[in-house]
Amino acid sequence: MNPARIVIVDDEQPARSRMRELLADCAGEFPHAVAGEAANGIDGLELVATTHPDLALIDIHMPGMSGIEFARHLQVLERPPAVVFVTAHDQYAVQAFELDAVDYLLKPVRAARLLAALKKSAGAARPGREVLERLDPNPRRYFSVAERGRVSLVPVADVVFLKAELKYVTVRTREREYLLEESLSQIEKEFADTFVRIHRNCLVARSLIRGVERASENDADAGWSVIIEGCSEKLPVSRRQWTALKELLKA
Amino acid sequence: MVGTAARAPPPEPDLSEQKPRSIRQNDLPDALPDFRNLGVISRILVFANALAIFVAIVRSQRLPEVGNRFVEIAGFLEPLLLAALVVLYAAAPLLSTWPYGKALAAVFAVVLAVTAATFPLPALFGVETSSAQLFAHLAYAAAGTALLAWYFHLRQRALSPVLAEARLQALQARIRPHFLFNSLNAVLSLIRTDPKRAETAIEDLAELFRTVMSDNRRLTVFADEVSLCRQYLSLEQLRLGERLRVEWLLDPAAEPALVPPMLLQPLVENAIYHGIEPGMEAGLVQIRAERNGDRLRLQLSNPYHPEHQHRQGNRMALANIRERLQLHFDVEARLDTRIAGERYEIDIMIPYRVSA
Repeated sequence: MNPARIVIVDDEQPARSRMRELLADCAGEFPHAVAGEAANGIDGLELVATTHPDLALIDIHMPGMSGIEFARHLQVLERPPAVVFVTAHDQYAVQAFELDAVDYLLKPVRAARLLAALKKSAGAARPGREVLERLDPNPRRYFSVAERGRVSLVPVADVVFLKAELKYVTVRTREREYLLEESLSQIEKEFADTFVRIHRNCLVARSLIRGVERASENDADAGWSVIIEGCSEKLPVSRRQWTALKELLKA
Repeated sequence: MVGTAARAPPPEPDLSEQKPRSIRQNDLPDALPDFRNLGVISRILVFANALAIFVAIVRSQRLPEVGNRFVEIAGFLEPLLLAALVVLYAAAPLLSTWPYGKALAAVFAVVLAVTAATFPLPALFGVETSSAQLFAHLAYAAAGTALLAWYFHLRQRALSPVLAEARLQALQARIRPHFLFNSLNAVLSLIRTDPKRAETAIEDLAELFRTVMSDNRRLTVFADEVSLCRQYLSLEQLRLGERLRVEWLLDPAAEPALVPPMLLQPLVENAIYHGIEPGMEAGLVQIRAERNGDRLRLQLSNPYHPEHQHRQGNRMALANIRERLQLHFDVEARLDTRIAGERYEIDIMIPYRVSA
């Protein structure tokens, strides 16, 4: 078996070098190679795309994107690395880890604990989306899509609307479209403050809704559609969502 | 700690959130009131006479009788009160050295003795008295004294400065565990490569915690608070490197001013936790202190990250400092916060005082 390839993702440089030292201490009993290190989630995804590691050691508190969100984005890959979370003090996360049997290390990390985590991680199942969602209930900053073996990030703030298709959800930004393998209702729940449902199959960014208009000017019975800032596409409003949307427009 | 095999550490009590439970009121030493205090004397006079009026009302069948009844009672009561107060005034220094139980027994003895001694006085002015009446008076005197003792006891508890002090102690700022563990981790990373810096860092850490754990109820010199913050910041610098930039704007006139200890440090810690750590780019923490006539003005600003407002603890730390300022300076202290563009600013004004 090839030695395990490991990446370290932590925003603090001393923490990364400490982790390297500890990994070196474990090398005798757990042969491995450090494939690289990154200071935040975005660089981390790049690192994973280029090095294809077997294991990622991930700090939870990082600027830009939490370690948990980073791990969520890894899961869209075909062969995501195993993950072990590292945290200094995070009562909430630690309880959640215990509950869901997710591997974690507490800083300062002991070599013996690290070694145990390394050995365990080799055959461990990857944490599921629901588990990671529980670990970090805050909405993600990005949607993630696997494209040619790497993770592409779509900032949630750039999304104009999302539409449920047969098996996928189409995410529309001003520039282009992406396909997500998620359910629209889960997205609605996670981002209740950001998107509003206007139809059974459609969520629209709240901040971009400018108003509504009749779908057809001549037909008084025709339904309504939403006017979205900077988007010419007409999205129909279903009768069921009409009341909720009217409240939003009034406010 | 690894995975499921290890137990989660017990939830750590955040002491800054708790009521000052650690200091129970039972721990307050009970003490008699100071019989040489004008407030105490007038309270006793008012209370005893109010009791006399009450008894007069109860013992009268009709309203016009009340006045006569009160005069009758006063004839016994006022000499008794005056004599008892004189004796207690004289005995006050001695009583204050005795344990509460013994002193209280002495007060009862004085009151009963004086009651008995002054009982014959009205007879000199032709008021009829009987021995049965004497026993009734002794009973009234004992009951009145017991009520007064109970009242002073309650009052002492309600107003005791010890309580305010206990609250201060409970409000003492505490350093986030997050900081401690991250710093220890950073120091560990230095031990093999840069032992000298590791030594300095541990010394800084020790000094910081010595201050946090010391008795922090008295005011401290602002210059000391500044050097404490510098030690704290050098530890954070170790961990955050170039991401943390600090600018001090210190008016030398501010240095001797007296401030509550741990006034600045929790604010600086907040600035880093909410302003620097969530930022992808380097951020600036600016600390300014100046003397403004008879006030000391402290201003602190850091980058503002609206998306990180869910990080808990900011309002709590601020509420804590606000309450401590109030306990130290009452209404003379002010703490304002605002968001100015992309920066979060804290502005504190306290009276400028120096130690005598």
